Amino acid sequence: MSLSPPLPETWIKTTPSGLYCEPGGFHIDPLLPVPRAIVTHGHGDHARPGNERVLATPGTIAIMQSRYGELAGGSLQPLDYGEAIAIDGVGVRLLPAGHVLGSAQILLDYRGARVVVSGDYKRRADPTCAPFEPCNCDLFITEATFGLPVFRHPPDRLEIDKLLHSLSLFPERCHVVGVYALGKCQRVLALLRRAGYEGPIYLHGALIGLTELYESLGVPLGPVLPWAEATREALRGRIVLAPPAATTDRWSRRLPDPLVAMASGWMRVRQRAKARGVELPLVISDHADWDELTATVDEVAAEEVWVTHGREEALVHYATKQGHRARALAIPGFEEDE
Amino acid sequence: MNRFAALLDALLFTPSRNGKLRLMREYFSSARDPERGWALAALTGELVFDEAKPSQVRALAAARVDPELLAWSYDFVGDLAETVSLIWPAAPGGARHVPSLSEIVGKLKEASRSEVPRLLEPWLDALDATGRWALLKLVTRELRIGVSARLAKTALAEWSGVELDRIEEIWHGLAPPYQPLFDWLEGRHPPPEIGDLPTFTPLMLAQPLEDADLAGLDPRDYLAEWKWDGIRVQLVARGSERRLYSRSGDDIGAAFPDIIAAMPADLTLDGELLVVRDGEVAPFNDLQQRLNRKTPTPKLQRDFPAAVRLYDILREGSEDLRGRAFAERRRRLEAWYAREPRPALDLSPMVPFTSWDELAELRDGARQRGIEGLMLKRADSLYVSGRPKGPWFKWKRGALTLDTVLMYAQRGHGKRSSFYSDYTFGAWHGDELVPVGKAYSGFTDEELRRLDLWVRNNTVRRWGPVREVSPQIVLEVAFDSVHRSTRHRSGVAMRFPRIHRIRWDKPFREADSVETLERLLT
Repeated sequence: MSLSPPLPETWIKTTPSGLYCEPGGFHIDPLLPVPRAIVTHGHGDHARPGNERVLATPGTIAIMQSRYGELAGGSLQPLDYGEAIAIDGVGVRLLPAGHVLGSAQILLDYRGARVVVSGDYKRRADPTCAPFEPCNCDLFITEATFGLPVFRHPPDRLEIDKLLHSLSLFPERCHVVGVYALGKCQRVLALLRRAGYEGPIYLHGALIGLTELYESLGVPLGPVLPWAEATREALRGRIVLAPPAATTDRWSRRLPDPLVAMASGWMRVRQRAKARGVELPLVISDHADWDELTATVDEVAAEEVWVTHGREEALVHYATKQGHRARALAIPGFEEDE
Repeated sequence: MNRFAALLDALLFTPSRNGKLRLMREYFSSARDPERGWALAALTGELVFDEAKPSQVRALAAARVDPELLAWSYDFVGDLAETVSLIWPAAPGGARHVPSLSEIVGKLKEASRSEVPRLLEPWLDALDATGRWALLKLVTRELRIGVSARLAKTALAEWSGVELDRIEEIWHGLAPPYQPLFDWLEGRHPPPEIGDLPTFTPLMLAQPLEDADLAGLDPRDYLAEWKWDGIRVQLVARGSERRLYSRSGDDIGAAFPDIIAAMPADLTLDGELLVVRDGEVAPFNDLQQRLNRKTPTPKLQRDFPAAVRLYDILREGSEDLRGRAFAERRRRLEAWYAREPRPALDLSPMVPFTSWDELAELRDGARQRGIEGLMLKRADSLYVSGRPKGPWFKWKRGALTLDTVLMYAQRGHGKRSSFYSDYTFGAWHGDELVPVGKAYSGFTDEELRRLDLWVRNNTVRRWGPVREVSPQIVLEVAFDSVHRSTRHRSGVAMRFPRIHRIRWDKPFREADSVETLERLLT
């Protein structure tokens, strides 16, 4: 006698603490401290402190330790990409998600049913992390941060060229680029070096720790300088990377005639960029754009698709029209920011 | 087109005037002809495609994109041209012919309304997202990038080294794509011959009079007249042609057919555009009603009758009077007007005086509607474009002031983006504070730093870039006048409000009331 595989909603549940695998007894990216957590990647809205046991890639664990120290978790269990373990009858594997260093999709096998939780992901090449590996499954739980067809990220190189062109046009102005501390900062560094930019690149203090961590984990980013060690005049015509909020706040007053750039997928929409006081929007995102989201939904060929954090309705609409069973999965607490 | 689109995109995001000028200079020096000429036409607002409509753009998108996805996207983006430019799907097939701006202009100018969509569609397929955005903004006449015609011409002047006034003088005799202009600016040809066209003469402007200036001036050298609270205009008639120019040289004749009809032949006059009823100057707000309309209805013209109060005459027949003394020009103006009085045109009366004290008294007494203050002009002053120091002064009537309470502060832009520099202030209405205006100037850098810090430490709520602060700080606000407004909750609006003093000392309960402000209504 063969049992048909269980329906996903009978064993994957949403709880106030987030997504929960009932037979395995673990949460994925829990919002509140839980006994057992699997963490997709190190961004603060996914990797939170205070869980008793944490399973994640070695990269993500290193990032959590760097950010939270002792609070990263009671016990931290690293699991390499592709390596399989079982937790109370649920097979668990981590696959690269291409989002930031260490980011993973979580693949769950239970009684013949396969679920993939994408976490945050992107499909284009990123010199600072392993590329997304698509995997066929029965249920695909996907993010949808940029789940509208207006979001189509242009090639990175064109955006970096915009920054370099602006530097040549405004050589007396300090170009301060807003980047998230984890992932975007290191990617922009790597992209600038790949584009042949040889000038010094300065970092706001809040970005230095994670950049050094990337280096120590084997991602070469070339020499960077702490912003605080340069004189004001030395920063004219230079690139300074800083957390987004710092670029238009008091810290920026110490820069000479700053020109504010921002590297984010949201920069695609002009009014959003204008409202943030951005003078040079750079559409560089660590999330899948609309074309990547829809291509991925098609590629993993899941019968069922759950869509979470982002603009769910449009991707649900698309997946339904493609013949998938699709629904929005309301998980509270995720931030809109990349 | 993609080059030009990148320029528009950069202009949109660059807040500073100097930055915009640099972007345009770079473009003019590197773009080719006639592409840059058409670009100049777009920047100066001279490119108009009457047959292209937003509804056509919407229909094109609806035919190519799932309607629900389009609707959600439009909700999110909030701007049709931008939504369509971003959502436009790549067409199958390889590289396409990317149209130049010149090609787009050429074809659209010739097209009938039904042909427009068939032209737009392949262009949208060939252009990148920024190119599509620029194309759609251009054809739907919504190009709002913070560049005036004057600024575009300033960039031309800076790039070429030719004086801005010389460009302005011939500008209205030129037409896109301005090949003779570029030939001249790049030194290949002499200035374009524009013949006897009704072109704009850049205005002569006055310096503000500081109290300290008066001591050094002899009242016998000067003539005085009222400064009227409208907008400065220039009336130009040559042959059968009539033009009404704003002070920046924009042709605003279409909005004022009543003035055009009243203009005499073969004269250039300088004056103030006003709304005048039964000889009484109406509040500036009434003039605003007319300025807001590109083509006024007969009813609007009846309800808001426009008039020009004349200050000066620059040309009579073929005679250029700019090289004559002001006193002589004034006699010529009066003599002409005595011969040919006109409806909707009258002379701004001179104000006789013998001493500065007498004139100061006259100015302080002038609470009459429509008067902003006095103009002092040297009797021997020639008409010189620009703002020379000495021959003309404006002596504004003392500003009105009100003690208000700081309620909200907003982040500024550009250099001020790290400062809370835009202040909304309120006045008392009973026990409640009602916002009465907004100001972002009048303070020193040191005061700005102090206010910024205070705002950060006294915030009670935040909405994005706006902070609500606890009511504590009294701002003494100066303004030129007050008028009724349906757009403000208080029902009144100030003209040119600015921070006069920050009253760190004054208890906020002692600030003024809305009723006090209403008593100042003109």
